[in-house]
Amino acid sequence: MAIIKKIINWGRIKSPWVLHFNTGACNACDIEIIASLTPRYDLERFGVLLKGTPRHADILLCSGPVTKQVECRLLRIYEQMAEPKFVIAVGSCASSGGVFGCCYNVEGGIDTVIPVSIYIPGCPVNPQALIDGLVKLLASLEGPSPCMKDSKARDDLPIGKP
Amino acid sequence: MGYNHRGIEKACEEKTYIQGLYLIERVCGICSHAHSTCFVQAVEEIAGLEVPRRAKYIRTIIGEMERVNSHLLWLGVAGHEIGFDTLLMYTWRDREIVMDLLALVTGNRVNYGINTIGGVRRDIEPEQIKAIVKGMDKLEERTKYYIDLARKESTMLERLSNVGKLSKEDAIRLSTVGPTGRASGVDRDTRRDDPYAAYDEIKFNVITDDHCDVYGRTLVRLKELMESYNIVRQGLKQLPEGPITVKAPRKIPAGEALGRYEAPRGEDVHYVKSNGTEMPDRVKIRAPTLANVQAVAHMLEDGYLADLPIVIAAIDPCFSCTDRMIQLKNPLTRTKKTVAWEDLRLKGIEWYAKKGVDFSRLNRKLENCLG
Repeated sequence: MAIIKKIINWGRIKSPWVLHFNTGACNACDIEIIASLTPRYDLERFGVLLKGTPRHADILLCSGPVTKQVECRLLRIYEQMAEPKFVIAVGSCASSGGVFGCCYNVEGGIDTVIPVSIYIPGCPVNPQALIDGLVKLLASLEGPSPCMKDSKARDDLPIGKP
Repeated sequence: MGYNHRGIEKACEEKTYIQGLYLIERVCGICSHAHSTCFVQAVEEIAGLEVPRRAKYIRTIIGEMERVNSHLLWLGVAGHEIGFDTLLMYTWRDREIVMDLLALVTGNRVNYGINTIGGVRRDIEPEQIKAIVKGMDKLEERTKYYIDLARKESTMLERLSNVGKLSKEDAIRLSTVGPTGRASGVDRDTRRDDPYAAYDEIKFNVITDDHCDVYGRTLVRLKELMESYNIVRQGLKQLPEGPITVKAPRKIPAGEALGRYEAPRGEDVHYVKSNGTEMPDRVKIRAPTLANVQAVAHMLEDGYLADLPIVIAAIDPCFSCTDRMIQLKNPLTRTKKTVAWEDLRLKGIEWYAKKGVDFSRLNRKLENCLG
């Protein structure tokens, strides 16, 4: 079984499919995410493909602070992803709430709602920083202690919340 | 829908003007310079500050480079929406040239943080001028190729012509701004009609088009790119010597002012009311998308469902600028309420029930199937 696990892990590292979700960002991080997929930075050389549905994605790229309206949608999307799942908080706002921390409609960083594997700071993140963060995440999968947060047990997540 | 609503206008009231400036810059990640300049202009008007000419020129140059960034970005997105991903990759590759220049001049790719009340924070060095001119030449050559492409490439011609029609009368009636309006022949541009920064000393043409469809909007944006290169070149040539900032008071005297700025998407309006303290009394932001988004419903009439993405993309919508929360106030009972998702759902059911459509049986069946 160990060999099968190894092959699966190898496959996971070579094809990390991502889902990009804007949880209330100012668009800057979203644009930088797309920019890192285009020829200059070309994230696709690491096997990264941008996917349209959480069911196909391994990595959730969240940009922006979590607004009150988006909170339950973020949870729902996180729940729909298959295990093992990784969450990357892209940008200062996603990491901690950033400049929007004081706004009335903002809950805070992504980690107030779902567990986060990697934080990439920056306002907005530089594509180089994004690549660095992603490569660090993938490198951790090769080692003994992958950057994986235990996703909470199903019952703990407040799914029923409107 | 409120997914992107953060409440920036309210948060500005609890921040000093300088703090608010950085928050305002993050209203939108693409036209960040537009928003911050618009806000700063309104504050400077209240405070009666005379901004140095060099600072005005630098604002103009950064503003035009931002327009280049935004229009190239839009062209790529439009290419993606019509299934022409090669165009997306081409334009975004070229866009990196202007991103590099912006990073060189301001220190950041987006959210430049170059404005401050009373001027700008960074000067343009002679080496940077050389680099910008070189970059503009390269981009101009590429843009000529894109204009040629838009005129000849049948994919674009057939996919964009006669899609999302908006006549001149409707464009004026629905108060469209920016390239959306100009593509319908509405000859309006804040840069010329109400010059701010250094636009009164720079010669440029306002591009209009009479195609009145998505194709026209593409052409307007492409030709505006060419104008932007000229404006940047003129600005760099005429760049006057002198200081880049004047000292601004911490407390802004009481008063109110309206800032206007021609953002890449259209006219951006900021209303600032001050009360003599360090913090503004009220900040109101009217982003260009809010003016344009009403016209989309009209453009979509009698169209195909498959055209929906490109018609929406054609106004270059920016939802982080636009997203608002609606609070209903009842003047009689003086109560306030917000519309929650559940209310909307119930209203939808009611609306369909009135039309004689009832989904309840289907819903029950679905629930039974799902257990």
